[in-house]
Amino acid sequence: MTVVVRTVARIITPMILAFGGYVIMHGHLTPGGGFQGGAVVASAIALLLVVFGARRLAGYKNLLSLLEDLGAIAFVALAFLGIGYTFFRNVLAGSGGLFGMPVPSGPNPGFLDTGGTLPLMNWAVGLKVIAGLGSVVLLLGLFGGGDDR
Amino acid sequence: MIGNFPFVVCMILIALGLWALLFRRNLIKLAIGITLIESGVNLFLVTLGYVRAGVAPIYTYAPPGAKMVLPTPQALTLTSIVIGLATTALMLAFAVVIYRHRGTLDARKIRELKG
Amino acid sequence: MKWIKVGAFLVMVGFLVGAAAWMHPFGVPWASEMDDYFIANAQGEAGANNVVTSVVFDYRGFDTLGEATVLFCAVVGVALMLRRVLR
Repeated sequence: MTVVVRTVARIITPMILAFGGYVIMHGHLTPGGGFQGGAVVASAIALLLVVFGARRLAGYKNLLSLLEDLGAIAFVALAFLGIGYTFFRNVLAGSGGLFGMPVPSGPNPGFLDTGGTLPLMNWAVGLKVIAGLGSVVLLLGLFGGGDDR
Repeated sequence: MIGNFPFVVCMILIALGLWALLFRRNLIKLAIGITLIESGVNLFLVTLGYVRAGVAPIYTYAPPGAKMVLPTPQALTLTSIVIGLATTALMLAFAVVIYRHRGTLDARKIRELKG
Repeated sequence: MKWIKVGAFLVMVGFLVGAAAWMHPFGVPWASEMDDYFIANAQGEAGANNVVTSVVFDYRGFDTLGEATVLFCAVVGVALMLRRVLR
C-alpha cells in the first residue's frame, strides 16, 4: 500500500486497541463487555492485514493460538471458583476481595471496583474472541498465496 | 396491524433471505442469503423485549424512576450473533476450497461425488 | 418445477407476515416475571450496574460456556480446511 495509508495505519492502530480495551474493561458498568470489545480489537487486526499484507503477519499464528487457549482455560477456571455452592456462582461480589466493593442500589455513577468475577470473565472471553477472529481473518488471507496488493 | 410494524419488518428481512436462498445458484449469494435470515431473526429477538417508554437496563446514570427494557432477549441475541459469525466463517472457508478444487462456484455443477 | 418453488415461497411468506401481524401488541411484553426479578436483584447478587452483562455471565453463564465452545470449534474447522499440505 502507499505511504499515506501505511503512516495513518501506524497512528490509528494504538487508538483502536485502547478503545477496545476500554470497552472490555468497563463491561459491567456501560454497554459492552467481552464479545463487543473483542470484535473491536479484531477489526484492528483486519486493518493491519489489509495494509501490510498477509506475509508479514504470518509469524503471529502461534501467539494467537496461545492467547485463545489461555482465554478458554481462564474462563473455565473462573467458573469452577464457586463450586462449593453451584457451578457459575459469583463468589467475589460484595466480599471485599479483588473486585468486591458492594454496589449502592438505584442509579449511581459506576465504580470500577465492583462486579466480582464479571470483569475477569470479560477479559477471558475478550482474549478468546480476539484470538479467534484474528486467526480466521489471518488464515483466509494466507490461503491465497499471501500476495494481495 | 399497523401497531406491529417492527415485527412485520423483521419477517420481510427473513423473506428476502429466503428468496435469495431459493432462486440463486452462486455459492456466495447463498451465504449472503443465510446471513440475511440470521440478521432478521436477531432483530426479531431484540424487538420482543421492548417495554413502551423504557430505557436501557443499565443503572449507571439511569434517569430516576423509569421503566427498564427486558434484558433477557438481549443476552440471547449476543449468543446468536456469535454463532452466526461462526457459521458464516465456515461457509466462506468451504466456498474457497470448493473453488480451488472444481474451478466453478455454480451449485448445480458440483453434484457428483468423485475422487 | 419452478412454480412449485414460487408457490412454496409465497405460502411461507404469507404465514410469516400473518403471524407477525396477529401477535401480541408491540411494547407490551407477554410474560415478564423473570426479568422483573433480574432488574430488581442484579445489583445486590451479581454486584454490577449492567443487568445484561450480569444475565450473560452470572445468571445464564452456562449458555456463554456453550457459545465459547462453538467459537472454538469454528476456528478449528477453518484452520483444518485452509491448511497448506507440504509436499
